[in-house]
Amino acid sequence: MTIEVSFKKSLKYFDLDISFSCAKNSLLVIIGPSGGGKTTIIRMLAGLEKPDAGQIIFGDEVWFDSIQNVNLAPQKRHLGYVFQDYTLFPHLNLFENAAFAAVDKKEVDNLLEFFKIGHLKKRKPHMVSGGERQRCAICQALARHPRILLLDEPFSALDAITRRDLREELKNFKSSMSFPVIYVTHDITEALYLADEISPVVDGKIDHQWLQKMISREPSAELTMRAAREPRLALAY
Amino acid sequence: MLTASPVAYLLAYYRFTGKSFVEALLYLPMALPPTVIGFYLIILMGPKGFIGKAWGLFTGDYLLFTFIGITIASIIYSLPFAVQPMKAAFAKIDRRLLEAAYVLGLSKRVTFFRVIIPNSLNGIAAAAILVFLHSLGAFGVLLMVGGSIPGKTKVASIAIYEAVEMMNYQAAGMMAVSFIPFSYAFLLLINKFNKGIET
Repeated sequence: MTIEVSFKKSLKYFDLDISFSCAKNSLLVIIGPSGGGKTTIIRMLAGLEKPDAGQIIFGDEVWFDSIQNVNLAPQKRHLGYVFQDYTLFPHLNLFENAAFAAVDKKEVDNLLEFFKIGHLKKRKPHMVSGGERQRCAICQALARHPRILLLDEPFSALDAITRRDLREELKNFKSSMSFPVIYVTHDITEALYLADEISPVVDGKIDHQWLQKMISREPSAELTMRAAREPRLALAY
Repeated sequence: MLTASPVAYLLAYYRFTGKSFVEALLYLPMALPPTVIGFYLIILMGPKGFIGKAWGLFTGDYLLFTFIGITIASIIYSLPFAVQPMKAAFAKIDRRLLEAAYVLGLSKRVTFFRVIIPNSLNGIAAAAILVFLHSLGAFGVLLMVGGSIPGKTKVASIAIYEAVEMMNYQAAGMMAVSFIPFSYAFLLLINKFNKGIET
């Protein structure tokens, strides 16, 4: 199913006004500088904040429509959400966290193994590293068989090596995902590594020029290789 | 505690018009002399009062000078002592944990039981002990609402008062001294739980 989004929201320093869509099996990266409205966008998709106007349509289901006065609660959107920082439940161990809303608890062990934290499943969140907590948060979101997966800078608080490992694991897992994935980041390398499509957001608006400027400033070999390997990405800018 | 937890939840997580007035009203028993509370409870729980009349209709019985009567009076009198620490414990829970529960499909009610309560156990335990100690020491309100009927409404603090009045200092002393280690131990426990809330 495809998600189609077009909404506006008045924020403190600018007005957010944005439209995009994301098809199933596709990973859309929303990239932009800090404070540009990225997290607000993803929170509005999840139903945690309400847009001032516009629509969010998922398949043939209306999640939000300001004219029809529809605003589906987060509980009814049936999505997976990985927060920027570690929002695991501190009173539960990693297995209980991952299985918190799982459709099939038997799958949880496989997920934990895939994300390399199977051996830590009995530990509480404060007893493992930040990277392991985020791995568990991804398992928790996936275990409920979401219709769409939203990731809000999930690796931004991690060290460079863990971040690289995790985005690789996510990319490997992506092939088995049959739903849209929307990934928010401010990291160009991360965006280019993961994205099928990119929406650059600056001060609440789509700004392709900003992305081109940032890419031209980024000398990393990985980025150049990626651009060469994926010419269609260049078209998306 | 059952009455106080939904009240604490409302005060911790909801904004509504007149919230500060409601909150101040709720905490009024902490500021008023027990005799003032006792006086109004006699009015409310008497046969012509709102609570007493409703009780009479359901049970055909009086509420004043009964064990149920002093239990209800204790609940009203101790409510702020339960609400305050529980509200503080609920409010301390990271909002993002609640949002994480909502996006995982949990209703607000289920989130309360599966996320808020397990992460507020220190605050709840501190509130329970505080209420217990407060009820243990209650005197004025219970004397006014329940009198001093042996085996029914005569509580320890009233028994000590009566023993002193009858110049039976030995009995009063025995009862009084038994309170001290008991209450002290519970206060130490409260400190322990409060440290748990702070960390």
